[in-house]
Amino acid sequence: MSDDAAAAGPLPIVPYLKLPEGGDPYLEGHRCAACGAYFLGQRDVCGACGARGRMEAVELSRNGELHAYSITHRSFPGIEVPFVSAIVDLDGGGTIKTNLIGIDPDPEKISMGMKVEVVFQIAPRKDREGNEYMTFAVQPANRGD
Amino acid sequence: MSDVYIGGIDMLAFGKYPERSVESLGGEAALGALDDAGLSIRDVQALYAGSLMQASANPGQRILKEIGQTGIPVVNCANACATGATAFREGWTAVKAGLYDAVLAVGVEKLAGAGMLGGGGSKGISSEGLLGSDSMPCVFAEAGMEHARQYGTTFEQFAMISVKNHHHSTMNPKARYRMETPLEEVMNAEMISYPNTKLMCSVNVDGAAAAVILSEKKVKELGLSSRAVKVRASVLMTDPYTPRDQVMPDVNTCTRNAASAAWEMAGVGPTDLDLVELHDCFATAEVLHYENLGLCADGDAPKLIDDRDTWLGGRIPVNVSGGLLSKGHPIGATGIANLYEVSTHLRGDAGERQVEGARLGLTHVIGLGTCCGIHVLEAPSS
Repeated sequence: MSDDAAAAGPLPIVPYLKLPEGGDPYLEGHRCAACGAYFLGQRDVCGACGARGRMEAVELSRNGELHAYSITHRSFPGIEVPFVSAIVDLDGGGTIKTNLIGIDPDPEKISMGMKVEVVFQIAPRKDREGNEYMTFAVQPANRGD
Repeated sequence: MSDVYIGGIDMLAFGKYPERSVESLGGEAALGALDDAGLSIRDVQALYAGSLMQASANPGQRILKEIGQTGIPVVNCANACATGATAFREGWTAVKAGLYDAVLAVGVEKLAGAGMLGGGGSKGISSEGLLGSDSMPCVFAEAGMEHARQYGTTFEQFAMISVKNHHHSTMNPKARYRMETPLEEVMNAEMISYPNTKLMCSVNVDGAAAAVILSEKKVKELGLSSRAVKVRASVLMTDPYTPRDQVMPDVNTCTRNAASAAWEMAGVGPTDLDLVELHDCFATAEVLHYENLGLCADGDAPKLIDDRDTWLGGRIPVNVSGGLLSKGHPIGATGIANLYEVSTHLRGDAGERQVEGARLGLTHVIGLGTCCGIHVLEAPSS
């Protein structure tokens, strides 16, 4: 019983990252059945149209397109730099922000509009209790890995 | 309803005041504004105090304990980078409604040495550097890159904003920095979050600014018509839902909505303006707001930069104070300091950096989360 935490596996870095037991990780959005607006994270009222009780959980696509980005060279203390901070529109709806990996952090190499795919990986840092976390990033699509 | 005027206004030179308290800085700015209007604290019927970091610790009451504890109503407020504009607008609202004839709005912040802002507390582990960056330089860089994607705006064009605003600040004795920064220096400065280099990020400083807000009746009673600046529009807007705004704050829609409300209230449009002080928290942001405020058509901001239209002497000078990039950005004070700048030009008192013949000016601030404050000011009648 003492290794319950370890047996339960990593925790999600954000609540909308879902880690189903025995299944693949995925990102969960909530879509308003009244107006079609997408949100990350659970909610009961639509922030776009105000409809109540019309939110539906949806599995977000793992494929999308790079909308915009920045290359962060100075971050908060202890954060490894540089990294590419990316805004990604997912196919079918929903926009996420995460790191763009698998590409040089160089504006000459990165093109807005490029196809990317979501990948899931164990975060390189743990919390104070030593818990491991699952995070996600995007990488150029069709890399074959 | 009465027209509403700025009867007196002042700001402290932005910079570092390590020995001074928030209330001491705010009190000095308040006294300066009262002196400018020829009033005493005993003439003030209410105080609206803005300070992002101090709003929960009664900065307004502390200021009154410094300059005159008259027992008047005090409202303390925080509203991100629109804090000062919000405090001013609360005062404007009360005078407009006829509740008071003379109130004071003060914005104050101690921010020197605060380091990079942005990001929030989170449970579990920090997502910084894993789910992109929540630092302010990055958030505004991403907004700038969206513009670059649509219109081909270049790193060099973004950097020119910083060259211009630093140049303007050399003529402003109240600016934190007063030095020329040539284009190569801006582009070769430490890269913080591409395309924003260190010289393309606003400066964290201490500062305070204050305004005496008067009814038309009070302006006439005091014989201030030749100095009082009319507030033609006072607008505050928040961000409506847009599809990306959960991960990419939409400063564009919020500013556009505020601007159209301002045109309607003032009965003027962007082509009527003689100068603009807008929220250049990062060089990338200024470019977006050229279009958001209608200073040029969508997609023409790069041309506006290339044609130097927004330099002092150009078609529509922007941030002749030096802006947040060089004058500095003490958050709570910023929204009243830009009212000070525009008022100073409308009174013809701006000295070396005077926009000749300025009759109508606009101030704009935007805080993430998101809120936008816009004021349109008109020169004294004589």
